[in-house]
Amino acid sequence: MAHFQKKSAKTSQDVPTSAMPDVVFMLLIFFMVTTVLREVELQVQINYAQAENIEKIEQKRLVSYIYIGPQKLQGNQLGEPRVQIDDAIIEDIGAIRKIMYDKYKEQPKLIVSLRVHEEAEFGIVTDVEQELREAGTLRLNYSTKQEVVN
Amino acid sequence: MFNNKREREEAEVGGAGMADIAFLLLIFFLLVTTIDVDTGIGLQLPPAPEENQEPPPIKERNLLNILVNAQGMILIDEEPTPVSALKQKIKDFVTNRGQDPNLSDSPDKAIVSIKTQRQTPYKTYIDMLDEVMGAYAELRNQASQSEFGVPYEELEDDSEEQQKIQDIYPKKISIAEPSEG
Repeated sequence: MAHFQKKSAKTSQDVPTSAMPDVVFMLLIFFMVTTVLREVELQVQINYAQAENIEKIEQKRLVSYIYIGPQKLQGNQLGEPRVQIDDAIIEDIGAIRKIMYDKYKEQPKLIVSLRVHEEAEFGIVTDVEQELREAGTLRLNYSTKQEVVN
Repeated sequence: MFNNKREREEAEVGGAGMADIAFLLLIFFLLVTTIDVDTGIGLQLPPAPEENQEPPPIKERNLLNILVNAQGMILIDEEPTPVSALKQKIKDFVTNRGQDPNLSDSPDKAIVSIKTQRQTPYKTYIDMLDEVMGAYAELRNQASQSEFGVPYEELEDDSEEQQKIQDIYPKKISIAEPSEG
């Protein structure tokens, strides 16, 4: 008995923590790789439309977003429908051509994701689409949420 | 003996702090990560129209005209159609294989032409596009089931099998030049 007690006293009760940094670094690297930094600040209101037959965009790095919706004004008010690319509201629809062409030159496999407010009229979307055709960015994606089927 | 042990301890680099630093970074990236996948309906736009270019001749029967008008009504070949009936109509049109003289010759010639107006509500347009995509998804699924015995989604991307199904039912959707009004 005495012998047994002596042995258990000598055994270390600690969980070895030397591998913990490795585990944490692995997680860290995973999150670093999957993170897309800098989400843009939306200046337009967008409620996504819903659809059933949707596809996922796997390569997030190919995607460029165009936001279309009523402009957010001060005091929770909504203004006229506007187009936002990156952080800026586009005043002149004709300028989209140049912006998107520059993006297209950088990334020829560009997918343009249109995030449109569901109550918007299609006219402004049509204008943007015409500009995209001129710019040569032809891969489109209408951003929608998964519809819950009752 | 005692002196010797202390010297050895000092020579080591403290590894315990590393975990803390790593945790801090980890928590930062956890907070800024958005995991939600982007979903949507994919579409290919036609290239910009060139000057004095004639549109290719297409037989009237191979063209299914869908117009979503300013009131949010969906018209198939001038005929008002509820959204719920849209999928069946498209499937009938694509899989006609020359039987009905008003519908398409064969699935690979069938073209769905979508036209909108400026005041068309976006939501209706998406609902309509959803049905068109749904019709093609079901047809491709059927073809895949009968050819390979697996659903279309389970075929590998860019594989020969997937290409074969796509050749049977090519998704030919044409975006018509928008009309004013």
